[in-house]
Amino acid sequence: MSDYNFAYLDEQTKRMIRRAILKGLAVPGYQVPFASREMPMPYGWGTGGVQVSASVLTPEDTMKVIDQGADDTTNAVSIRKFFEKTAGVATSEETSKADVIQTRHRIPEEDLREDQILVYQVPIPEPLRFLEPRETETRKMHALEEYGLMHVKLYEDISKNGAISTSYAYPVKVEGRYVMDPSPIPKFDNPKLEMAAVQLFGAGREQRIYALPPYTKVVSLDFEDYPFEASKADHACDLCGSETSYLDEVIVDDAGGRMFVCSDTDFCRSRRAAGHVGAQGVPYEEDVA
Amino acid sequence: MYVAVKGGEKAIDAAHAWLAEERRGDVNVPELSVDQIREQMALAVNRVMAEGSLYDPDLAALAIKQARGDLIEAIFLIRAYRTTLPRFGYTNPVETEAMQCDRRISATFKDAPGGQVLGPTFDYTHRLLDFKLAADGEVPEAPSRETEAGPVPHITEFLNQEGLIQNEVDSDTAPRDLTREPLELPADRALRLQSLTRGDEGFILGMAYSTQRGYARNHAFVGELRIGTCAVEMDIPELGFAVEIGEIELTECETVNQFAGSKTEPPQFTRGYGLVFGQTERKAISMALVDRALRWKEMGEDNMGAPAQDEEFVLYHADNIQATGFLEHIKLPHYVDFQSELELVRKMRAEAQAQAMPEAAE
Repeated sequence: MSDYNFAYLDEQTKRMIRRAILKGLAVPGYQVPFASREMPMPYGWGTGGVQVSASVLTPEDTMKVIDQGADDTTNAVSIRKFFEKTAGVATSEETSKADVIQTRHRIPEEDLREDQILVYQVPIPEPLRFLEPRETETRKMHALEEYGLMHVKLYEDISKNGAISTSYAYPVKVEGRYVMDPSPIPKFDNPKLEMAAVQLFGAGREQRIYALPPYTKVVSLDFEDYPFEASKADHACDLCGSETSYLDEVIVDDAGGRMFVCSDTDFCRSRRAAGHVGAQGVPYEEDVA
Repeated sequence: MYVAVKGGEKAIDAAHAWLAEERRGDVNVPELSVDQIREQMALAVNRVMAEGSLYDPDLAALAIKQARGDLIEAIFLIRAYRTTLPRFGYTNPVETEAMQCDRRISATFKDAPGGQVLGPTFDYTHRLLDFKLAADGEVPEAPSRETEAGPVPHITEFLNQEGLIQNEVDSDTAPRDLTREPLELPADRALRLQSLTRGDEGFILGMAYSTQRGYARNHAFVGELRIGTCAVEMDIPELGFAVEIGEIELTECETVNQFAGSKTEPPQFTRGYGLVFGQTERKAISMALVDRALRWKEMGEDNMGAPAQDEEFVLYHADNIQATGFLEHIKLPHYVDFQSELELVRKMRAEAQAQAMPEAAE
């Protein structure tokens, strides 16, 4: 693909995106409008994340792409191939080896470091969107720090269902100021939003970028008597035995039999490589596939 | 024993190979050439150029071939290509008064200087399948005449001479570029028109139709519809004057709409405006109607709460590339979020059942 610039986007566009990223880092949780470009993959398929990744990648970087926590899901494969082709960067499935990690719907289990960047693909950046469909209104609400509507929604959840019925894309408050959508990660991942790495959020179709600098205070919204709870399936991973990782439920036969496995495939693989074996696991062999 | 599903990469490659084969179809049938598509599927080519926002009939034809005739997919290919092109600058506004018209009709006057020119239109054809075309597409030569020299004035300007139609305010400020800046609301008219001209034909048509049926009715007459070619000129700083760099085909529609007048303004007609690449008159007329409906505020009209009056609703949902991408993304795996929903529903059901049990025992 020598016809295209490094990482596909031209340098002017990357500069424009980097400016938006810097602004986002300066005002954590604030949604910065940016002139999102049409990418060669569809809107809604990670164009925001791809543009952010393309703008922060350098030729020496190693990149990892996950979707649902897994490196081998179809869209993760497609985006990884895109960067292999257009940027020629090294790629890895190992979380610790990656400089830039682009993710959809998960935060890796392994703690990230200060020299790493986590890029999120965001479908709807506006946490208030389903309470107020108008962008003109929600921008005003953020400006005035008018978040009462969100608390009323959470309260109504509790009065109707006895619990806050949001299980993913659970809203957070950043440094006591902006209410932010952490992208559709399960609420299990919310506590991990306070981390050492830089976190960048890109929403291509909605033309917004926002960011969390390292160690930013991120609080999941809740009430004193109904505190936030990061929940997951009450099982251990059947392959590696981990009791702390987020699990996928996999249906294994037509009699409704199921097993639970780590959603973070690299985390599971490295645990098995280290000798951990779950209830239905077998001793690890290098690359059985 | 469950083995984690691997091989996404191989599956993707195989799917794409199959797609390429399906695109070609039966190899015993001759392959379509890009020239054939450009010449014989010209209206599809025009739509792809208009909504792809790139005037290049050859590339549009190639995109249609590659997309197996799926026009939204073809528009997507063109848009993705377009964003990679460097910007040399901006041309001067095209002078549609100087258009070489193939077609020029007015519904508001029986005749006008320059005449009514029907041009190559489907209007008044009977929509009967022409089975002869299945065997032989050769056509006799159409009659022709010399074009009349001289400019073709806009018909709405005749109304303007009497002050009967609202004057549009001239502005020398460069309009914002929708493809280089994020869309921010409220949008001015120039930005709205940019969005409408590249918006989905079906969406704009539906919006326009809704105004005709009473959702913010503004009774539109087609003051003039013209299709033809216009010169595109660009100022070259080194030369100090404008140079013609090419010619594009355009469809322009000006509607004449009723206006009751207000405390400050005497009764006057008002306008809606549509301008689209290529021969795309359904789109241009639709655009003019929606443009007019979106002008309710500056006209001092009531907000009826109609969808076509709602700038945020129309502009945020007109783009078919954004719409189709987001719509189709729900095919991607969402099992992590679904898992968290599953856990939550199970937990809430368990709690509800635990609460219901003591009552059942009573």
